[in-house]
Amino acid sequence: MNSKRPVFLPDFIMSPSVDKVGVEERVARFQTRSIKNESKRQGLRMALNMIDLTTLEGKDTPGKVRQMCYKAAHLHDQLPGLPTVAAVCVYPSMVRLAKSELKNSGIKVASVSTAFPSGQAPSEVKIMDTKFAVEEGADEIDMVISRGKFLAGEYSFVFDEIASIKEVCGKARLKVILETGELATLDNVRKASDLAIHAGADFIKTSTGKIQPAATMQVTYTMLMAIRDHFDKTGKMVGMKPAGGISTSKLALHNLVMVKEVLGEAWLTNEWFRFGASSLANDVLMQILKTETGVYQSPEYFSID
Amino acid sequence: MTRLEILKTYKLYIGGQFPRTESGRYYPLMDKKGSTIANICLSSRKDARNAVQAARKAFGSWSERTAFNRGQILYRMAEMLEGRREQFITELVAQGNSKTQANKEVDLSVDRMVYYAGWCDKYVQVLSSVNPVASSHFNFSVHEPMGVIGVLAPQDSSLIGLVSAILPAIAGGNTCLVLASEKLPLCAITLAEVLNSSDLPGGVVNILTGIQTELLETFATHMDVNAVWYAGKDKETIKLIREYASSNVKRVLVYDKNWMAADAQDLYLLSDLQEVKTTWHPIENIGGATSSY
Repeated sequence: MNSKRPVFLPDFIMSPSVDKVGVEERVARFQTRSIKNESKRQGLRMALNMIDLTTLEGKDTPGKVRQMCYKAAHLHDQLPGLPTVAAVCVYPSMVRLAKSELKNSGIKVASVSTAFPSGQAPSEVKIMDTKFAVEEGADEIDMVISRGKFLAGEYSFVFDEIASIKEVCGKARLKVILETGELATLDNVRKASDLAIHAGADFIKTSTGKIQPAATMQVTYTMLMAIRDHFDKTGKMVGMKPAGGISTSKLALHNLVMVKEVLGEAWLTNEWFRFGASSLANDVLMQILKTETGVYQSPEYFSID
Repeated sequence: MTRLEILKTYKLYIGGQFPRTESGRYYPLMDKKGSTIANICLSSRKDARNAVQAARKAFGSWSERTAFNRGQILYRMAEMLEGRREQFITELVAQGNSKTQANKEVDLSVDRMVYYAGWCDKYVQVLSSVNPVASSHFNFSVHEPMGVIGVLAPQDSSLIGLVSAILPAIAGGNTCLVLASEKLPLCAITLAEVLNSSDLPGGVVNILTGIQTELLETFATHMDVNAVWYAGKDKETIKLIREYASSNVKRVLVYDKNWMAADAQDLYLLSDLQEVKTTWHPIENIGGATSSY
C-alpha cells in the first residue's frame, strides 16, 4: 500500500446517520423561498454558467459533439451578453475533438471515465481509461465508484480506487459520481460522500444520469452537508455537482438557494458548483428570455443542441 | 337530522386534472337575486402558461391519432353530455336561462358534438385536393392541424359557445386552451368533467375561468400558441389581439355569430384551424406527349 496515504482516516462506518424526515422538511423549505425578479434574473444567468452540457450516449458521433460544443459557446446568439456554460461532458473518445472545438472559449472539457456508467471493470482498465482521457486533454474527470463493492461493505476497495484514479488525474479535477439512485439510503449517500471526499475528490456528483431517481434535492442536500462538515473540520472546499433529473429552471434555482444556505456564497461559482444536464440549458434560456421580454417562450425557437 | 348539501368547488381543467388557480384568487358568481351561486377561479398568467404547456405536450399524440379514433372520442363526449343533461340544465337555469332555452341549448350542444365527430374522418378527403400543375409533378394539398389554439370563448353563452369553439379545433387534431365566459362560467367546468370521462386524453382541452382582459395578452403573446380564436366583436380587443399575436405571427381568427343558430357549425370553422401542406412529387408522364417512353 502507498505509504504517502494520509495518516488519519475516519472510520466510514461511523459517518453520521441521516435523519430522512428532517432532510425532507428542510428541503421542502428551500422550495418555498420567494425569489424576486432581479434575483431570479441573476440566478438564471448563474445557473446557465454552471451547466455541464452533457452528451453520454452510445449513439454519440463527432458531428453531435461538434454541434454541442458550438451550442456551449453560442447558447442563444439572439440575446447578446449571455454567459457560456461551464463545461461540456463527453466520453473519453470524444475528448480530443471537444477540446479542439472549444479552444480559446474558456469552456472546460470534462470526460467520464472508469467504465462509465456501470464501473464494472478491473481497476487497471479504469486507470487506463482515465489516463487516456487525461492525455487527450480532459480538464475534468467524472469517475464512477464501484457501487457493488460499496454496498458489499468493501469501503477500503472503493477508497483505494478513488485515490488511484486521483493520482492518474494529474492537473485534471476529479469528480466522483456516487450514483445515489443505486445506494438505496441517505445513510449510504452520506457514507459514500465522506469516503469520496477523503479519498481526494475535488467534486462529488450525484448520478450518471442513467439511473432513476437521480439528483433529488434530498440526496443533494445530504451531500452538501457532508461537504460542509468536511469544510468545518479541515477548511478545505469540495465542489458539488447534482446531475440527472434537473431539467427546469425552477428546480435549478431551488438548488442554488440550497447551496447558498447550506454552504454559503463561496460555492456559488462554477468552480465549486455544477449542474450536469442536457435539457436544463434551454429551459433556463427560455426563462431568461421571458424575464427580458415578458413573453412566454416556445422551445421551437431554441436550438436543440 | 338534516343533511348538509355538498356544493361543488369549481376549479380549472389543465392537463386532465382539476387544479385550483395557482394564484389563489377567485370571484363570486351571483344569480339574479344577488346571492352567490359559486366561487369561480380567477386564473392567472401562470395558469395560462401551464395550460399551454399541457396542450403542447398533448398535441403530438392527439394529432397523430387516427381520424376515426378522434371521431369515436368526440362521439363519446356527446354520449357523456347527454347523460349529464339535467346537471347542465340546472346550471343554465341558475345563470338566468329559462328551462326551455336551457333544454334547447343542451340538445344543440350534444348534436354539435355529433356533427363534428362525424367530420373527423371526412374533412381531409373533402378539403384536400390534387392540383393541376404545368410540370411533371403529382401535386397535392392536405390539411394539417395548426397546433395549440388559444380560444377566447363567447362571453354571451355558457355552454353552446364553448362547445362551438372547442369542437372544430380538436376535431381537426389541434389542442387548445380555452378561457370560458366571465359572466357565465358554470357550464365550462362541468363540461370539463364530461371531457375528462370521454377518453379524451388529458391536455387536449384545457379550460380556464377568469377575466378576458387580464389573460388576453398571455394568450396572444405566448410564443408556443399557434393561433388565437376569438368570439366577439369588440374592436379594441380585436386590435389588441392582432398586435400581440404579431410576436410569432400567430393566426388570429375572429367570429361574431349567434352560436345557437344552425349555421354556427360548419366545415369552414374546422378548416380555419388547419394549415395546408402542398407536396410536389416528381412523376414521369408515361405514354404522354412529353414522355420519353
